[in-house]
Amino acid sequence: MSLKIPRNPMPAQDPGKRAKNFQEVALGYDENTAVLEAQRCLNCKKPLCMQGCPVEVDIPDFIIEVAKGDLKKAAEIIKGKNSLPAVCGRVCPQESQCEKFCILGKKHEPVAIGRLERFVADWEAKQEAEEVYPPEATGKKVAVVGAGPAGLTCAGDLAKLGHEVTVFEALHTPGGVLMYGIPEFRLPKDVVRREIEYIKKLGVKFENNSVIGKLFTVDELLEEGFNAVFVGTGAGLPYFMKIPGENLNGVYSANEFLTRTNLMCAYDFPNSCTPIKAGQKVAVIGAGNVAMDSARTALRLGAEESYIVYRRSESEMPARHEEIEHAEEEGVKFLLLTSPVEFKGNANGNLESMVCIRYELGEPDASGRRKPIAIPGSEFEMEIDNVVMAIGQGPNPLVPTSTPGLKLTKWGNIVADEETGQTAQDGVFAGGDIVTGAATVILAMGAGKKAAKAIHQYLAK
Amino acid sequence: MFMIGIILNFFVGRVAYMLWKKVLLHKVETEVLLKMYKIVNQQKIGENLALLDVQAPQIAQKAKAGQFVIVRIAEKGERIPLTIADFDREKGTITLIFQEVGRTTQRMALLKTGDNILDLVGPLGEPTHLANFGTVVCIGGGVGIAPIYPIAKALKECGNKVISIIGARCQNLLFWEDKMRDVSDELFIATDDGSVGQKGFVTDVLKQLMADNKLDKVWAIGPMVMMKAVAQVTKPTQIDTIVSLNPIMVDGTGMCGACRVQVGDETKFACVDGPEFDGHLVDFDLAMRRLSYYKDEEKRALAQKECQGGGCGCH
Ligand SMILES: Cc1cc2nc3c(=O)[nH]c(=O)nc-3n(C[C@H](O)[C@H](O)[C@H](O)COP(=O)(O)OP(=O)(O)OC[C@H]3O[C@@H](n4cnc5c(N)ncnc54)[C@H](O)[C@@H]3O)c2cc1C
Ligand SMILES: Cc1cc2nc3c(=O)[nH]c(=O)nc-3n(C[C@H](O)[C@H](O)[C@H](O)COP(=O)(O)OP(=O)(O)OC[C@H]3O[C@@H](n4cnc5c(N)ncnc54)[C@H](O)[C@@H]3O)c2cc1C
Ligand code: SF4
Ligand code: FES
Repeated sequence: MSLKIPRNPMPAQDPGKRAKNFQEVALGYDENTAVLEAQRCLNCKKPLCMQGCPVEVDIPDFIIEVAKGDLKKAAEIIKGKNSLPAVCGRVCPQESQCEKFCILGKKHEPVAIGRLERFVADWEAKQEAEEVYPPEATGKKVAVVGAGPAGLTCAGDLAKLGHEVTVFEALHTPGGVLMYGIPEFRLPKDVVRREIEYIKKLGVKFENNSVIGKLFTVDELLEEGFNAVFVGTGAGLPYFMKIPGENLNGVYSANEFLTRTNLMCAYDFPNSCTPIKAGQKVAVIGAGNVAMDSARTALRLGAEESYIVYRRSESEMPARHEEIEHAEEEGVKFLLLTSPVEFKGNANGNLESMVCIRYELGEPDASGRRKPIAIPGSEFEMEIDNVVMAIGQGPNPLVPTSTPGLKLTKWGNIVADEETGQTAQDGVFAGGDIVTGAATVILAMGAGKKAAKAIHQYLAK
Repeated sequence: MFMIGIILNFFVGRVAYMLWKKVLLHKVETEVLLKMYKIVNQQKIGENLALLDVQAPQIAQKAKAGQFVIVRIAEKGERIPLTIADFDREKGTITLIFQEVGRTTQRMALLKTGDNILDLVGPLGEPTHLANFGTVVCIGGGVGIAPIYPIAKALKECGNKVISIIGARCQNLLFWEDKMRDVSDELFIATDDGSVGQKGFVTDVLKQLMADNKLDKVWAIGPMVMMKAVAQVTKPTQIDTIVSLNPIMVDGTGMCGACRVQVGDETKFACVDGPEFDGHLVDFDLAMRRLSYYKDEEKRALAQKECQGGGCGCH
């Protein structure tokens, strides 16, 4: 029975239309489709999919409930392991996690686990919210620094265990990259706000506008009565290429481009107060998720041509397959085996063109990918109005450099135990992108979860 | 005798530390409950110039000369940087002074005593490097008088001989003359039209001072053109010159790179590496061009000012 049902496609907004609006691209399954998709699950004795999930969601268990139509039960099962399912169902790279291991994928296509997870989470959000009863207070206080997925997960789990948790966030809104980085059309901000509301209901306090390292240091938080601190400050420091003309007007970091658009609502300027410029021709340098988000955002801001400029080839592009496909459908153009060497501007200092050089692929490098080699004499110049640098991010140094007890890697990431998040300093734990470097939402959540467990044990001592 | 001194010192230090901790802890707890940034005093101090004393005990506790805050006054509002012009740790307030130049600052000028500021984050940026340098000159031009004041005050407390120069186009744009006098050994005033003080630029006064004195260090804060001119004046004799840059910012925490400035052959993020830099190394022309990138949008935003409520959250 189940093998005969083909994998159900995700309904999506028409590419031509959606490239001009900020509404969500993927529309989500309806109940019938979800049940049909759930029926494809073989309900394996030894479910391989779970190995692929960093937080070990009980995948077959929740899918059975969907197939039976008991969505409430399904939601309970997911929430037992994953406190942000509506987010994960949308942005997890399922093709390299749970769905990669699904046995059906060997001969057919894997069960659409992510789409089902999203369906269940969205269904639950529409139901009457259940009362949350705070557990008995332990009297212990924990400070969480950074309100991204790592910090939010850690805070939620600790609150469930009865600890008094305060989250200190630098920006005026919690959510981290989920709020300022990932665009509305891929992850609606209402979905994120809903998840944060849930964490607030668990009793977690949020202190926005609090830059740790400036307003307080981690050591001061400990001195002032917090029994433990979790640092989840992410990888927020944008890298630039250090090539001539990079400081011209019109060259943005992806962080600035996306933050203006998402967090500051620049797409609604002048109704909102923060401006942004996306001229007719926009080039995004890089080919990860951040680059795809930027290129697609540029189209929505009115760019006529939006390019991905990447020095390797298609098969090395680090973005999720689905994101690349969506970008192509919307009309993003790909300039592969190409990289800029210089930006040129006019008398006002505004960007006008960029000089690029072509590359070819050589032997595999340390990362196992074939190394791009510049082809001498292949330089060419193209007119361009805006450039968005999406070539990676490093750890923000504010917390690491103001906390002498921490040990850092040579890139400035915090050294922490993979299983517990324990850092070199007693009582201080860390996880997410600040430890691993830029990674994924679900890995950051996994790290927050493990740290919560370890902090709980530490507090019991 | 010496031993007693040490012991006494230790106890006094200890008690002071414990008291400080108590105050801080208390402040943390109260502010968690009242994380509202209430304006306790609003004043017009000149033509299109306003002063706000804002309740922000945590920030007041930590603020140092040279640091700034980022302010947002409405949902969908812009985040704008403003220098901490003064702070009162006892009262738990900080002082902001701003010039009405665009949509956000004009709206901010409508706020009254008793109103709240929606978001206030800080203290941001690296504090001024303080020491006893000898004879220092503190130059504040226009609204730049606000940020130069805490620096002059701190330099005075470090034992420097502080000579200050404040300047503006005309008298209506000049403020804090008395406060500046209080923290300076000598104070000079220059206005473009001579309506008060010497007629001319702050650089004219500086040149005279350079001829008559041995100057060890200069701080200059004001319009980009003024800072550039000061740096040019002090360059030939290599007097250390610090300027405070005011590029366009978004987050103020080193996350976006909007605030990049070129200092020597390095690109710096003014919000975390600055805002103070070596004036002889700053590329002022680039900085000025970067400031004007959104000129058209700023005009459109001002035109929008009259919009009728609704989606516009900037009222
Ligand atoms: C544009 C973009 C698209 C992405 N797309 C995907 C995707 O599709 N799927 C996926 O799995 N992953 C994606 N990622 C990666 C993913 O978002 C990150 O790996 C994840 O958010 C890391 O979580 P975190 O909690 O460690 O840090 P962050 O989400 O970065 O949160 C850190 C928080 O700490 C705050 N902070 C920083 N310094 C301080 C301080 N000193 N004091 C107080 N607060 C501080 C920050 O303001 C921020 O809110 C994307 C990332 C970007 C930028
Ligand atoms: C570290 C720092 C400290 C500052 N301290 C003060 C202060 O104490 N008092 C004060 O009045 N201003 C200060 N500024 C400048 C202040 O941030 C701007 O005046 C403000 O952002 C203008 O916002 P707006 O929406 O009213 O005007 P907009 O409509 O955004 O701009 C109107 C005009 O102001 C200029 N402008 C825009 N942004 C800035 C900026 N960041 N800096 C300078 N000019 C700008 C534009 O070029 C334009 O001519 C500081 C800036 C920085 C970076
Ligand atoms: S959380 Fe991510 S990896 Fe885990 S089941 Fe859901 S989609 Fe798959
Ligand atoms: S304002 Fe964003 S990095 Fe300085």
